[in-house]
Amino acid sequence: MNATTLLVVIIGLTVFGYVIGRMRSIKVSQGTGGPSSLHSLPKYYGYMVALWCGIPALILLVLWLVLEPGILRSLLLDELPTTMSTLSENELSLVMNDLQLLADSGRIDAETDPHKKAAAIKLLELNSTSELMRNVLIFLVALNGIIWGLANVKIDMRARVFVERIIRYLLILCSLVAILTTIGIVLSVLFESIRFFKSVPITDFIFGTEWSPQTAIRADQVGSSGAFGAIPLFAGTLLISAIALIIAVPTGLMSAIYLSEYASRRFRAVAKPLLEILAGIPTVVYGFFAALTVAPFIRKFGESIGLNVASESALAAGVVMGIMIIPFVSSLSDDVISAVPKAMRDGAYGMGATQSETIRQVLIPAALPGIVGGILLAASRAIGETMIVVMAAGLAANLTVNPLQAVTTVTVQIVTLLTGDQEFDSPKTLAAFALGLMLFVTTLVLNVIALHIVRKYREQYE
Amino acid sequence: MVETDINMRTELMESTQVQSVDRSDTKVADMKQQVNATIGEPFAKDPKMQARQVNVYYGNKQAIFNVSLDLGKNEVVALIGPSGCGKSTFLRCMNRMNDTIPICRVEGNITLDSEDIYADAMDPVLLRARVGMVFQKPNPFPKSIYDNVAYGARLHGLAFNKAELDEIVITSLQKAGLFDEVKDRLHEPGTGLSGGQQQRLCIARTIAVSPEVILMDEPASALDPIATAIIEELIDELRQNYTIAIVTHSMQQAARVSQRTAYFHLGKLVEIGETNQIFTNPKHELTENYITGRFG
Amino acid sequence: MNNTELIKKGLPKRYRREKRFRLYGMMAVMVGFIFLLILLTDIISKSLPAFSQHWIQLEVQFDPDVLGVAADAEGKALRHANYRAILKRAIRAEFPDVSKRRDKSKLAALISSSAEYELRDMLIEQPYLLGKAKTVWVRADDDLDTYYKTADKANAVRLTEKQIAWADRLQENNLIESRFNSTLFSDGDSREPEQAGIRGALVGSLYTLLVTLLLSFPLGVSTAVYLEEFAPKNRWVDLIEVNINNLAAVPSIVFGLLGLAVFINYFGLPRSAPLVGGLVLTLMTLPTIIIASRSAIKAVPPSIRQAALGIGASKTQTVFQHVLPLAMPGILTGTIIGLAQALGETAPLLMIGMVAFIVDIPQGFVDSATVLPVQIYLWADSPERAFVAKTSAAILVLLIFLVVMNGLAVFLRKKFERSW
Repeated sequence: MNATTLLVVIIGLTVFGYVIGRMRSIKVSQGTGGPSSLHSLPKYYGYMVALWCGIPALILLVLWLVLEPGILRSLLLDELPTTMSTLSENELSLVMNDLQLLADSGRIDAETDPHKKAAAIKLLELNSTSELMRNVLIFLVALNGIIWGLANVKIDMRARVFVERIIRYLLILCSLVAILTTIGIVLSVLFESIRFFKSVPITDFIFGTEWSPQTAIRADQVGSSGAFGAIPLFAGTLLISAIALIIAVPTGLMSAIYLSEYASRRFRAVAKPLLEILAGIPTVVYGFFAALTVAPFIRKFGESIGLNVASESALAAGVVMGIMIIPFVSSLSDDVISAVPKAMRDGAYGMGATQSETIRQVLIPAALPGIVGGILLAASRAIGETMIVVMAAGLAANLTVNPLQAVTTVTVQIVTLLTGDQEFDSPKTLAAFALGLMLFVTTLVLNVIALHIVRKYREQYE
Repeated sequence: MVETDINMRTELMESTQVQSVDRSDTKVADMKQQVNATIGEPFAKDPKMQARQVNVYYGNKQAIFNVSLDLGKNEVVALIGPSGCGKSTFLRCMNRMNDTIPICRVEGNITLDSEDIYADAMDPVLLRARVGMVFQKPNPFPKSIYDNVAYGARLHGLAFNKAELDEIVITSLQKAGLFDEVKDRLHEPGTGLSGGQQQRLCIARTIAVSPEVILMDEPASALDPIATAIIEELIDELRQNYTIAIVTHSMQQAARVSQRTAYFHLGKLVEIGETNQIFTNPKHELTENYITGRFG
Repeated sequence: MNNTELIKKGLPKRYRREKRFRLYGMMAVMVGFIFLLILLTDIISKSLPAFSQHWIQLEVQFDPDVLGVAADAEGKALRHANYRAILKRAIRAEFPDVSKRRDKSKLAALISSSAEYELRDMLIEQPYLLGKAKTVWVRADDDLDTYYKTADKANAVRLTEKQIAWADRLQENNLIESRFNSTLFSDGDSREPEQAGIRGALVGSLYTLLVTLLLSFPLGVSTAVYLEEFAPKNRWVDLIEVNINNLAAVPSIVFGLLGLAVFINYFGLPRSAPLVGGLVLTLMTLPTIIIASRSAIKAVPPSIRQAALGIGASKTQTVFQHVLPLAMPGILTGTIIGLAQALGETAPLLMIGMVAFIVDIPQGFVDSATVLPVQIYLWADSPERAFVAKTSAAILVLLIFLVVMNGLAVFLRKKFERSW
C-alpha cells in the first residue's frame, strides 16, 4: 500500500466517520426527544467525528513523508562499512542514490559488490518495514479518532462551534501559505547565495566586469577558471529592459489615453480585449517570434542600411518584450487616469482647454505619480522576464550599450546555469541563486515602491 | 406628495411650448396647476446671454424642459431649486460643458451677444474662454498657485512675455482677493491652500482669461461659513465687470448675492423675478413651498 | 487687439496640435493591433506544413534471409530482425540505376527511421506475411518532407542534388502522398521531426495543471475567505496582504528557484515531475486566485450577510452557505485565468528539470514529463527546419487552449454578472 492508497483509505475512513457520527447523534438524541434536542444539527456531529478522524491521520502522514528519508538514511548508514562515514556529504548522497536505484531496479542479485548488495537489501527491508509501520500507525490513529469523536457525541456537545473553530484554524493555515512562500523564496535564494559568496567574494560578484562561469570540471582542463563578475549581466538586463520600456511606455500610455478619452464606445469594446490578448500570449511564444522572425528581420534590415547587427541583438529581444508589456502599461495607465477626479477635467475644459490640452497639461500631471508607479511595475516585469531573452538574447556577456549587439541578462544566465546536468553544489549553480537573489531583491524593491506610490496616489483622490 | 409629483411630471412631459407671459397679478394656489409656463419675467433689458426654449436630454431622459432665460449685463442671477431639478445642467449648457458628456443632447437656442453658441461657427474653446466657470468643489490643478492662474493665459496665448503674465496673475489674484494671502508662496502647489482659498484661486484662474460671463456651480457649498462669506463678497464685487449666473442650494446666499432669482423644479423653470420679490412674495405655490422650507 | 481675437488667432494651431495628438493615440493602438496581426499570421503560416506529412509507397519483400530470421520465425524472433535491410531493398527496387554505395545509403535516408518499427509491428501482427511481398506506405524523412512542402525547390537546403532528382522521380511515379499528420497529436517527443508529437507534452500539462488546480483553488479561496470575512484588522493581516500583492509581482523564474531549492533539493521530490511543476505553479497562481476571489467576495453586498446573520446563522454558515455561492462565478473566473497563466508558464519549469527530452507519455504525477510551453521551447531550439513548423503548430494548440480557457472565463463572468 503506497502513500496514495493510504490517502484514499484515510479519506474513506473520514467519510465513514461522518456517516457514523451523524447516525450516532440521532441515536443519542432519541432518549431526549429527537434530533431537535441536540445542540447542533446532526451533520455537525458527523463533521466533528470526521475531523477527529482525518486531521490527525493526515498530519501524521505528512510528517512521516517529510521525516522518513532522513531517518532511513541514518539507519542505513549504520549498516554501511565504516569507510563510508568518512565520505563527504556529496559523495554520500551519490552512494545513496546509487543504492536507491539498485533497490528499485529489482536486479539486486546481479550486483557484484557484496557491500552494496547487502546495503541494498537492507534498504529494501527498511523501506518495507517503514511502510508497514506507517500504514498500521496511521490506520490506528484514524480509527482512534473516530472512536474519540463518537465518545464526544453528546446532547449538549457544542459540535457546530467545535467544527467552525477548526474551519477557522484551517483558513488561517491556508492564508499562511502565502507568507511561507515568501519565506521559502528568501531562505532558498539567501542560503545558496551565502554559500556562493563563500567561494566568490560578494564584491567580486557585484562589481566584477567579467562573467564566464565555465569552471574547469577536471583539473587537467585548460583555461576558464570561472569569473563571476555580474556587471555585464546587470548592464545587459538594463539595456533590454530600457528598450522594452521605451517601446511600451509611450505606446501603452497613448493607447490608454486614446481608448479612454477619444475612442467611441464600440471601438473601445473591440479594441480593449484585442489589446489584452497581447498580455495573454505566453512568453515562450514571444520568444519564438523574437528569435525566428523579429531578430532575422532586424538583422537583414540593418545589413541593408549598412549596419552590423548581431543575430541575437538586444534590440530584437527588447522590442518584442516592449510589445508584450504594452497592455500592462496600458491597463495600469487607464486605471490611474480614470482615477483623476472629474472636477479636474471640468476645470480645464471650463477654462477653454482642448481635449489634448486637458490631457497633456492636467490629466497626465495629475496622474503622474500613478503613471510612474505603473512604469516601475512594468520595469520590474521587464527585468524579471525570462523566456523572451532566453530564446532571443545571447549568452555572451558583453558589456555594451549598443542595442545592435548581443548581450545577456540575469535571467538568461540563471536558466543556462541551472538547466543541463551538473552538481548542485558547484559555484556555477550556486551563482544562479546569487543572481536569483539580486533579481528578487530588485523586483521586490521596485514593487514595494511602485505599490506605495500608487496607493498614496489613490488615497489623494479618495 | 409623491402622487402629485408623478402627476406633474407627466403633465410637464406633455407641455411643449413656453409661454413667457407676465402673470404677476395671478396668484396661483392650485398644486395641480400645469407648470407649462414660467411665471415672472425671464428676459432682461440689456441681455448678455439669452436662452430660448432649451431642452436637454441625457439619452432618452429629458432633464430640462423648455427653459427660456436671460442673463443681463452686470447682474447676478441665482438659480435655485431642489436637488436634481436641472439647474446645474442648465448652467453647464451656457458654456457647452455638456459637450463633454457623450449622451447629452441640447435643443433650443442659446446666444452670447446675439451669437448662437451652438452654431457650427462657434468654437467651444473660445466660448469657454468667454464664458468661464467655477465649480462646486475647488479644483485647482496639481500645479503651483502661479501656474494655476497663468494656465488660461498661457493656454490661449494671452501674454507675450513674462512681465505680462506676471501682471495677469497678480491682477487676477487681487481681484479674487487672494493676492495678499499667497503673495509669498506663489510657487507652492495650489492644492496646499485651504478650501476657501482654493475656491478663490479657481475664481482667479477663471477671471485671468477675462471672461465676459462667469458661471458658478454652487461655489460655496464645500466651504465653511467664513470662507463662504468671503466668496459672497467677492461675487458682489465681480458684478461690476462680469455677468454672473450662480447655482446655489442656500437661499440666504441667493438672497444676499443676486439681483434676480430663478426657481427650477423637475427640469422646468417655474418662476423668475427680482430676488426680493421671489423671497418675499413668491407667486407659484412650488416656489413658496421651497422658499419656506416645506421641501427641498 | 482684445482677448477674443487673440484667442481666435491661436486656435488653428491648437486644433492642429489636437489632431496630431489624436493621431498619435490612434497610432499607438494600431501598433498593438498590427503586431498582434503579424504575430498570429506568422505563426499560423509557419505552422501549416506541420499538419501534413508525406508518405512513400514501397513494395516491401518480407524476405526471411534479408531479415535474418528463420523462415518460420514468430513473435520474439521477429522483434530483432533487420527491417532496415528490407526497406533499403524496397526503395532500391524503385531506383535500379543507383549503384554506388554512398548513393544507396543516401537513397535509404529518404525514408523515416520510424518505417522500420512500423514494418516490425506489421510483421509481428501478421506473421503470415513472412516470405511474401506487400505494398506499404511509410513516412518520408523530414528532409524529404520539407522538400515537398517548400515552394521554392531550389532552396531545399538539406537534400543533395541526386536526392532531389530521386524525390522528383518518386513524385512523378505517384509514389508520394500527403496525408494529415496525426503523429503530431498521438505521439511523444522525438529527435526526428516526422515522428515528433505533442501528446506527451499535452498530458504533462494536464497532470501539472491538475495538481495546480487541486492545490491552488482550495488554498486560494480559503485565504480569500479568511482575509475578507474573518481576519481581524491588525498588523499580521496587513503583512499577509502586502505579501500577497508582492508575490503577484515576483518574477516567475524566482518561483522556479524556490521549487528547485525546496521541493527537489530539500524534500527530495523527483525532478521533471508534474507534481513538482504543479506545486511551483500553485505558489505562482495563488496570488492571482486570492486577489480575484477577494474582489468577488467583496462584491457580495453586506445586506446578504446581515440577512443571514439576522435569521440566526453563524458567521461560518453565513459565509459558506450564502456569501461563497454568490461569489463563486467571480472566483471561478479568477481561477480559470490563473490556470491559463499557469498553462502558458515556462521559466519556472525549466528550473525544476521539466526541460528534459522525454519520449514516453507520462502515466502519473511523478513520471518524468514536460509541458506544452517547454516543448515549444525545446523544439524552437532544434536545428531541423521541420521543427519550426512543429513549434508553430504546438504554439497554435497552446493558443487555442488559452483562448478556450479565457473564453470560458469571459462567458462565466457575462452569464453570472450581477449588479447589486
